[in-house]
Amino acid sequence: MSKEELLKKRYRAEKRFKFYGLTSVILAILFVLFLVNVIFSKGKGAFSRTTISVEVDFNTEKLELKNNPTNEEIQDTDFYDLSIESLLNVYKTKGLKEEKDLIRIFSPDYEIEIKNFIIENKGFLNKTAIIELTASDDIDQLNKGNYPRHLPEERRRISDFQLLIYDKLVEDNKIQKTFNTFLFTNGDSRDPELAGVGGSLLGSFFTIIVTLLLSFPVAILASIYLEEFAPKNRITDFIEININNLAAVPSIVFGLLGLGILLGTFDFPRSTPLVAGITLALMTLPRIIIPCRASLKAVPPSIREGALAVGASKVQSVTHHVVPLAIPGTLSGTIIGLAQALGETAPLILIGMVAFVVDLPSSPVDPSASLPVQVYLWSEQAERGFVEKTSATIMILLTFLITMNAFAVYLRQKFERRWS
Amino acid sequence: MNLAILLLIVLFSTSCFFFGRKKIINITAANKIRMNALPDYYGYYLALWCAIPAVLILAFWTVFEPTIIKAFIINNITSSNLKEFNSDELNLIYQQIKALYLGNFTGTLTEEIRRGAENYKSFLSIAEGSKIVILISIVIVTTLYSYKKLINNNKAREDVEKIFKAVLFTCSLVAILTTIGIIFSLLFESIKFFTTINIFDFLFGTSWSPQRAFVRDASTITPEEYNELKDAFGSVPLFAGTAFIAFIAMIVAVPIGLFSGIYLAEYASKKVRKYSKPIIEILAGIPTVVYGFFAALTVGPFFREFGERFGLEVSSESALAAGLVMGVMIIPYVSSLSDDVINAVPQSLRDGSYAVGATKSETIKKVVIPAALPGIVGSVLLAVSRAIGETMIVVMAAGLAARLTINPLESTTTITTQIVMILIGDQEFDSPKTQSAFALGLTLFFATLILNYIALRFVKKYREKYE
Repeated sequence: MSKEELLKKRYRAEKRFKFYGLTSVILAILFVLFLVNVIFSKGKGAFSRTTISVEVDFNTEKLELKNNPTNEEIQDTDFYDLSIESLLNVYKTKGLKEEKDLIRIFSPDYEIEIKNFIIENKGFLNKTAIIELTASDDIDQLNKGNYPRHLPEERRRISDFQLLIYDKLVEDNKIQKTFNTFLFTNGDSRDPELAGVGGSLLGSFFTIIVTLLLSFPVAILASIYLEEFAPKNRITDFIEININNLAAVPSIVFGLLGLGILLGTFDFPRSTPLVAGITLALMTLPRIIIPCRASLKAVPPSIREGALAVGASKVQSVTHHVVPLAIPGTLSGTIIGLAQALGETAPLILIGMVAFVVDLPSSPVDPSASLPVQVYLWSEQAERGFVEKTSATIMILLTFLITMNAFAVYLRQKFERRWS
Repeated sequence: MNLAILLLIVLFSTSCFFFGRKKIINITAANKIRMNALPDYYGYYLALWCAIPAVLILAFWTVFEPTIIKAFIINNITSSNLKEFNSDELNLIYQQIKALYLGNFTGTLTEEIRRGAENYKSFLSIAEGSKIVILISIVIVTTLYSYKKLINNNKAREDVEKIFKAVLFTCSLVAILTTIGIIFSLLFESIKFFTTINIFDFLFGTSWSPQRAFVRDASTITPEEYNELKDAFGSVPLFAGTAFIAFIAMIVAVPIGLFSGIYLAEYASKKVRKYSKPIIEILAGIPTVVYGFFAALTVGPFFREFGERFGLEVSSESALAAGLVMGVMIIPYVSSLSDDVINAVPQSLRDGSYAVGATKSETIKKVVIPAALPGIVGSVLLAVSRAIGETMIVVMAAGLAARLTINPLESTTTITTQIVMILIGDQEFDSPKTQSAFALGLTLFFATLILNYIALRFVKKYREKYE
């Protein structure tokens, strides 16, 4: 092989090598885009909700209500007959089967929705009102265009008759799409059109607060000790080995710790944000200590020596000078650690946060779900509507994580001082 | 209640701070003397003495109160009854008593439970009362004691700093306590498990079906039953499945991660590096449950359809789908670690290689990578340990069937999946099935511990080489 050919070959190898590198980077970036695209295209539907306009005649005599009823009196009244009658007025039906089909295009909470409407708008008593009732999951999906209409009837959950009603309602402009506030305010439900992440949002919030309160002070104090005061001896070495190892222990092991010690030995309440918060605090602690120590280490020794030179004690030099300068770095490390904790699922499953909870939790000791666990729970459901809801939950979760990480980056860039 | 007490203590101790400071200022002004420490330190001294003992006692009390009350209640039941209960029944009765007290009792109400609930209530009120009395007296005693010492104390600053350092030290001990807690909780249940099931049957058995051990008290197993049971807890299929999925993940993650690390460190312009590095690191920040959902919803079905076109039978929960997605998740760990490691290789090595006429890729292949190898090996080992401990992706996408297979298109199961499947929902304690999850956790803990230890050793050695 001549010299020129050899050189050409070497340059080709060079180009190939560079190409491999570039391809890998592009592949990795494509994975991110693809993942985000799949989640967003599946989840955006969940932010809207389909409603059907229904005429309801609030005749007080038929309802056996007094003329000026209080809220409690309305609450205690049976609205079932009125609701069914109003729903059946939507379309002409023959026979029990068709009636059932018609009622099934509404979400099963229609009676409560009508009742709540009249409690909020008492002026409509003895009048006829047009109420927007939530449509059932199947109609909702049909309206969003996710439902395969062309399938033969036996393989569809929607009957031909329901399709007929749907088309008529669309023609009469009685089907609306509104913003889905249920997604943010409701708790979990077996019906996808009523299910929301309100409960798990609160659960996640309480969990993160507990984690923050427990892990942040302990992590800062521990890193101050290790970075500033710890003598070089076996105990210090042992602590450092422990921290480094704990940072790499799989999260599920912390779940077993929570289950065995917190629930098993100390009898803490199951399925609560309190236990989840403590478990996650133990998990995040080493992950916060490591960046905290790094930012303390980044403060130059001249600061400490300057303080000592004018007569401050060691503790004073640390608390008055070193720690305030390291605060931005420690804060951003803490926020990133908390963002990781927020997305953690496996330990929460082990401490029983997978319970089906409809009510919104009002304190950290109420049973609740959390956002990532809600993703897991809904992903196990078969209904079409839950796929959409799961993706929407992921979108909400990712929004929080991105905000937290962006805030951490902002803190670091804005407030951290460069010393060199 | 506890929160209110805590708030009161904090309030009182804050007022102690101001009181102590004021007092010292007054004394120095009246006697025309100069104290050695700043007035603030006298305030801190009083405040800390007031708060710390009380808060410590409150914390211990809160943690141990339920256990002690439970012991009392159970003692009451056993001493007032002729019937013998085993521990499971006692636990159940205790739970019912608690439920009755909290007002969410369901089931048949017996005389025992009703009396128990009354006892429970009285115990609680006794505990509450004595807690308050003890706390108040502790606060008074410690505050008075420190107040007396305050007036002729010249070393307030030293004392406060000593307490401060002690608090710092205690906080750093939490890491050790956590490790001890993990080992204790895992060992405790695992030892119970290994008294029923031989440890060798667990480690080397090849069939895993813990549902066979459903609701069975570990203490009453006959030898015949044991023969049946020992085949239920052979964890070799789980180890094999875990290793297999981790292997697939590494096949994806190592080349892509390593090459993108090399590209970003050696070739990329500053601008490309600035934007592409954070994007790749997004992959590390996405919660694993999202990857699991993605694997189960998109990747799994895609492989099944793709395989069907070629006449292959692909399970919709396959090792391939889980491993592939897990590999994508691990890419940033490999890439950013190897990026760091390659950046740490001294420039002089590269310059020397260029000087003898090597091209850039030759320099990388023959000089930079061999120099960075220990660090790269370390980062790959860390990635392996993450793949082994990863839970949600495999729970949602890898399947539950425990079988020994090397066909990536079939479903396999892993250690973490089985832990979750055993412990999800309500567990019956003291059954070998529940305990086996802890034994699996112990195995997992030690496996990752060893991997991390080796990896950190590699990285440390590498760092020392060039520092």
